[in-house]
Amino acid sequence: MSILKAIEYGSLHMTGALAQAAPQAGRSVMTTVQDMAYLVASILFILGIKRLRSPKTARDGNTIAAAGMALAIVATLLTASVSSLVGMAIAALLGSAIGAVMAARVQMTQMPQMVALFNGFGGIASALVAGGEWASERASAAGQQAAPAVDAAVTHATTSASTSVETQVMIGLSILIGMVAFTGSLVAAGKLNGNISGKPIVLPAQLALNVALLVGSLVGIGLFAALGGPMWALALTVALSAILGVTLTVPIGGADMPVMVSLLNSYSGLAAAATGFIIFNKALIVSGALVGASGLILTVIMCKAMNRSLANVLFAGIGTADSTGAASTTESATGKPVKRADADDTAIILDSAQRVMFVPGYGLAVAQAQHALRELADELTRRGVKVMYGVHPVAGRMPGHMNVLLAEADVPYEQLLDIDQANAEIEQCDVAMVIGANDVVNPATRHDQSSPIFGMPIIDVDKAQTVFVLKRSMAAGYAGVDNELFVADNTLMVFGDAKDTLQKVLAAIKEL
Amino acid sequence: MNEALLISLFVFVLALFVGNELIQKVPQTLHTPLMSGSNAISGITVVGALALVGTGLAQQEGLARWLGLAAIVFAMINVVGGFAVTDRMLRMFRRR
Repeated sequence: MSILKAIEYGSLHMTGALAQAAPQAGRSVMTTVQDMAYLVASILFILGIKRLRSPKTARDGNTIAAAGMALAIVATLLTASVSSLVGMAIAALLGSAIGAVMAARVQMTQMPQMVALFNGFGGIASALVAGGEWASERASAAGQQAAPAVDAAVTHATTSASTSVETQVMIGLSILIGMVAFTGSLVAAGKLNGNISGKPIVLPAQLALNVALLVGSLVGIGLFAALGGPMWALALTVALSAILGVTLTVPIGGADMPVMVSLLNSYSGLAAAATGFIIFNKALIVSGALVGASGLILTVIMCKAMNRSLANVLFAGIGTADSTGAASTTESATGKPVKRADADDTAIILDSAQRVMFVPGYGLAVAQAQHALRELADELTRRGVKVMYGVHPVAGRMPGHMNVLLAEADVPYEQLLDIDQANAEIEQCDVAMVIGANDVVNPATRHDQSSPIFGMPIIDVDKAQTVFVLKRSMAAGYAGVDNELFVADNTLMVFGDAKDTLQKVLAAIKEL
Repeated sequence: MNEALLISLFVFVLALFVGNELIQKVPQTLHTPLMSGSNAISGITVVGALALVGTGLAQQEGLARWLGLAAIVFAMINVVGGFAVTDRMLRMFRRR
């Protein structure tokens, strides 16, 4: 490596670290402009997320964040060598095209698996950059050995950066988190998409296995840093963390996926932040921290909504695939008879109501009944009925999923209530209509300490005057628990396919 | 621990707190767009990939260059796909 190259490398590549380590090299105007651009980009990300407080401003917020990203990318290209531009452009266009096609084609019901996949791509990208930094530094060290006459200051600067133990630890951590996010997300996406069984697959000595893999990965990082960055140590970490991602995700049941997807979201952010530590890039650190915090908060919200600890979700191996078992439609397991209603009865009661709350579960989406529901709601609104939707946090397959599905069916967002808002309104409702939901409306969670879902926050539909439950059969929900709501005095069961039932009810109302 | 790393750590921890404040205020209705949008933001790692490929030794070092180029592809899927799908979703949220 020539002296010139070494200086160029020092002044352009190692912006943060070398600015301090080698003041002789100085900071070029370009790198200062670049850092300012990263600062502005970070501000734009924060302002963008801030606008997600309301659906009114959210779309602008997304655009602002995208502008921040564009700025960061352009600023980075300021110091790129001309010879590297073609390759980068091809790679960027390829990725952009794939992303654009995926974003345009995905159905809203498939959103969880796509977000999972994107989490994985973010993770692997960060791990690849970390690996690339290692390869680049190895080459740099080799270059110096070949050119021993390099100026002392530059040698010192480059050596301190390329052999720094801290940097090597960060390279290892970035790869560890990135690989776990990558393989874990692939498994999660496969489960959500039905390529892999949604059932929790309990591995032998699962906890011990995961701990062993994590410790092994960390030992790999330790050896990598201690021994001056040998490739085999890094390869060990890559392999073990890749396996860890799989073994962490495989035991998670389909219904617990909202938690796992949120957690993987968090990992993809943390991987980006770890990569930021390697190259001292504040834009990566800030953005990674924002995403890491976001994923973590959503994880906690999802766990609370199921009244379970994160450890329980991750290691208990419950949360089976959706129950599809056919059961009797005339009585519950306890033998108490259920009261049934047909479409005409339902229509009459709905029409005479003043306030109606719909409580959708994922069964609504499975039956593709969102549009039929909205049409019924529109007709009721025309007849002077106040309509609202109570959406439980785990009603969909990822945080906020049901809200998106309803928005897609043209449900106005003002009508979408979260669990607290819904429970504040429910007692004033003449009718609550549960569609394809089960455990999230089971009153046993409030008083039956023997119930496995005791303590889980629910939408208290049983406090409405009349409750309609649209359901295929009396089959239990995913927790495998009988629902006492179905045999309550003010509950009427309407059996059948949700879409079909809603259309019949709508037709009946129009005839009134 | 060198000073650059220490400053980075400060930035990281403070940004975690900012993120916490910001995201607590996002309503449940927007949690899915929040996830897909933050996903796109985590594609910021593309900046690291571009810096790797565009500057320094990666131009000569084959392995670093290829790792960087692969990272650009993955990160750009995230960036473009993430922002585009978020916009698509947010367009659907309408008032009465």
